[in-house]
Amino acid sequence: MPKYKLKINGSMQSFEAAEDTPLLWALRDQLNLVGAKYGCGIGQCGACTVHVNGIATRSCQLKVSQLDNKEITTIEGLSKDGSHPVQKAWKEVDVPQCGYCQAGQIMTAAAFLDQNSNPTEQEIKNAMHGNICRCAAYNRIQKAVALAVDPNLANVVDRKSENTQA
Amino acid sequence: MPTKISSKFSRRSFLRTSSLASGGMLIGFNFFSSCKDSVKMPDDISKLNYNDFNAFIKIANNGMVTIFSPNPEIGQGVKTSMPMIIAEELDVPWENVNVVQGVLDTSNYTRQVAGGSQSIRFGWDALRQTGASAREILVNAAATRWGVKPSECDVKNGVISNAKGETLGYGDVVNEAAILENERAIQFAKLTKEEQSAENEEVLRLKKPEEYTLIGKDIGNVDIDKIITGKPLFGLDFKSEGMVYACVLRPPAFGQILEYYDETAAKEVTDVIDVFKIGDKAKAMLAKEDVNWTVKLPETDKIVVIAKNTWAAIKGKNALKAKWKQVSKAENSEEQDEKMLTLLNGNKFTNLRKDGDVVKAFKQADKVIERVFESPFLPHNCMEPMNFYANVTPERIHLVGPVQTPADAAATVASMLGREMSEVHLEMTRMGGGFGRRLYGDFVYEAAEISHTIKKPIKMISSREDDMTTGIYRPAIKYKIAASIKDNTITGYHLKEVAIGGNMYGLIPNFFPAGAISNYQVDVAKLDSNITVGAWRAPFTNFLAFAEQSFLDELAEEIGKDAVQLRLDLLQKVKGTTDERIQYSPERMEEVIHLAVEKSGYRTPKEDVFQGFCAYYCHNTHVAEVADVVIESGMPVVKKVTVAVDCGIVVNPLGALNQIEGGVIDGVGHAMYGDFKFKEGKPSSNNYNTYRLIRNGEAPKVETHFVKNTKRPTGLGEPTLPPAGAAVAIALKKATGKRFYKQPFSTNLASQSIIG
Repeated sequence: MPKYKLKINGSMQSFEAAEDTPLLWALRDQLNLVGAKYGCGIGQCGACTVHVNGIATRSCQLKVSQLDNKEITTIEGLSKDGSHPVQKAWKEVDVPQCGYCQAGQIMTAAAFLDQNSNPTEQEIKNAMHGNICRCAAYNRIQKAVALAVDPNLANVVDRKSENTQA
Repeated sequence: MPTKISSKFSRRSFLRTSSLASGGMLIGFNFFSSCKDSVKMPDDISKLNYNDFNAFIKIANNGMVTIFSPNPEIGQGVKTSMPMIIAEELDVPWENVNVVQGVLDTSNYTRQVAGGSQSIRFGWDALRQTGASAREILVNAAATRWGVKPSECDVKNGVISNAKGETLGYGDVVNEAAILENERAIQFAKLTKEEQSAENEEVLRLKKPEEYTLIGKDIGNVDIDKIITGKPLFGLDFKSEGMVYACVLRPPAFGQILEYYDETAAKEVTDVIDVFKIGDKAKAMLAKEDVNWTVKLPETDKIVVIAKNTWAAIKGKNALKAKWKQVSKAENSEEQDEKMLTLLNGNKFTNLRKDGDVVKAFKQADKVIERVFESPFLPHNCMEPMNFYANVTPERIHLVGPVQTPADAAATVASMLGREMSEVHLEMTRMGGGFGRRLYGDFVYEAAEISHTIKKPIKMISSREDDMTTGIYRPAIKYKIAASIKDNTITGYHLKEVAIGGNMYGLIPNFFPAGAISNYQVDVAKLDSNITVGAWRAPFTNFLAFAEQSFLDELAEEIGKDAVQLRLDLLQKVKGTTDERIQYSPERMEEVIHLAVEKSGYRTPKEDVFQGFCAYYCHNTHVAEVADVVIESGMPVVKKVTVAVDCGIVVNPLGALNQIEGGVIDGVGHAMYGDFKFKEGKPSSNNYNTYRLIRNGEAPKVETHFVKNTKRPTGLGEPTLPPAGAAVAIALKKATGKRFYKQPFSTNLASQSIIG
């Protein structure tokens, strides 16, 4: 059984796996990093999104044998304590319903905002279009991505049930 | 203490307390049936059992409150909203409340199901009474210590105060409270039956809605920190020492059973441990007469690949060679469609409601309008595919995973394996979506049979393809609706339904517009099929609302009446009805209609914005929706949906809005894109490259407005979904001039030039 040594969340991780093992399953089964989720296995839903050298990538489509010298970041390594601006925005907006796809959504959003720090509404929609949310929390996903750009998250009060007035 | 609503109830009938060995008090309560006299309360939270209680509240010495609830969480937010109701009456700050998903370890279940949008509606009284009882127990302890009457004490935010201004926190008195309650229980047991009965007639003070400090506030999802940091939460994330992974090869088409298989190639895959077939236990159980509605399994053997990791199990499964035998019809959707239309035009119906005489009304009419509405099957597509952990040992059966009906799943596994219910220990995880799919426990039984066979802890994992092609689908449904018009009034309404395996049941024909039209009839028929069908989010009405509301819009056009006014006129006839079968309230319906019309700007149309209006009632909730469609690059686009909702008091607006937004977009998405057919028994799609779900850029903005009232809360997980398709279809008619009678709409939009 081949051995691999990959740089994941800033440290070198060693494990054994068949060479055609998708990164997703190595993360989940061999490395106990279960934040990246299995949704479709064919790169269509985005639930397994991680960063490879800072780029949002479908971990179900990458083989462990293709990742030498790559920097891999999973949701577990995005921040130590959920303090990444995108995570904070997700909490502030209370995005999740079932929550299953959200790690993938957050990883997609985080990589996108690294490239575009002042996106338009349409750019946000385009960037998030590849990540399916079966609960359809899309309105809140858009809102949270927009909010994550705000450097002063704590001061943001325009959120939540602004539409609750009858 | 502020005046509170008095509610007569018997605390001892549903609530018990104990002192915890580690300090603090434990309260167990049962809100669906009375506690048995013999029940024993645990003195340690590791011994919580849900045989006799639905949930437990632990109040610790430091005043922290932990609520243990085994109610299934599928994304509908009850893990947050139900504890909120307890905390409100208990009067503790939400920061001091911790919510823990309880383990289900039970032999006598009541309602522990996530489905039907009923969790909050059923729990409303009992959750408030439990919180209030716990508060009174604590106040009583403080009053005893001070030597004053409990009525002379006040409570706010977990702090009890007396007239002298002295204060005690819940944590300060919780140990005494537990002891006092225990003494009280001992005294109670010594009373005669009559005395006990009198003692039970205590008056509990519940808060008035205007006194609420927590209910009605935006409270975030209790699992949010774990979700955003990727912590293990879901069934697929669960692991145990020595656990192996199982993938199951099931028949590729409906109506097939396993003939033989060759495991050679599968066994050569690195890390594959074993290959075998299962099915005997499941088949034997199916042969029993006592199988309930949650059991849907094909009568075939299945091939199991066991491996050290998921990837090896998937590869092993793909390497299996199997031959399947067609033992019942290989169904084709086109042929089924023809048969359904034949049934729809025939006379083999079961009548569900009949008012007046539609035949006579149709004969006397100036005009009769008749339309047929058609929908495909729909898979659930929970983002987390079906999976379950099972460890069957001679001592016990340990089951862990996502299931909406844990009680039935545990009971069926016990029955299937010939074991006692007391040996089954079922833990629920958070669920990556439910939508009705996890009401059925097929994947739990498979996991149990696999573990029973291999005698190891296993995790059964379905792939997306397994999930989509061996599902339990929303049935394909067709409606024929006919209405008679005389003197510009609707005089008769006759709705006929044909569904694969059946759909509507007796309650549904009493929804709007029942009661509003003197001659009204609803008939149903089913077409039998070997394709498994079942509940799908907003079962029974998810397609019905589209058909009826689209039809009403067309009737309004025929009569030359405004579509909103048509509904309002119909509702007048239902006011003051003495027909107890009628499920909806015409007054509440009117209110949501007015609210949606006002907030959507329906009366002041904007140029180039085409609005579709409809109003519906289901799951005890009244909803009106207005969809805004615009034309972009020659194609109609759903930009926004304005929703007016009357769901009674809104417990957690933040969670409620999420349910409404999701429900509407889910409804729009499936009406626009959801398509699923069968050819030779095989599903037409097996993954997201061939099955289209609505995505971010296609989602309309949902703007929600609640009717503000303090009526008891009703369902929210489902009722905004059914009308969404109708609102969109009506807006599309205005935008394109074309009526849509078939879902999905995208097929029609793509197949013909509808603009210009």
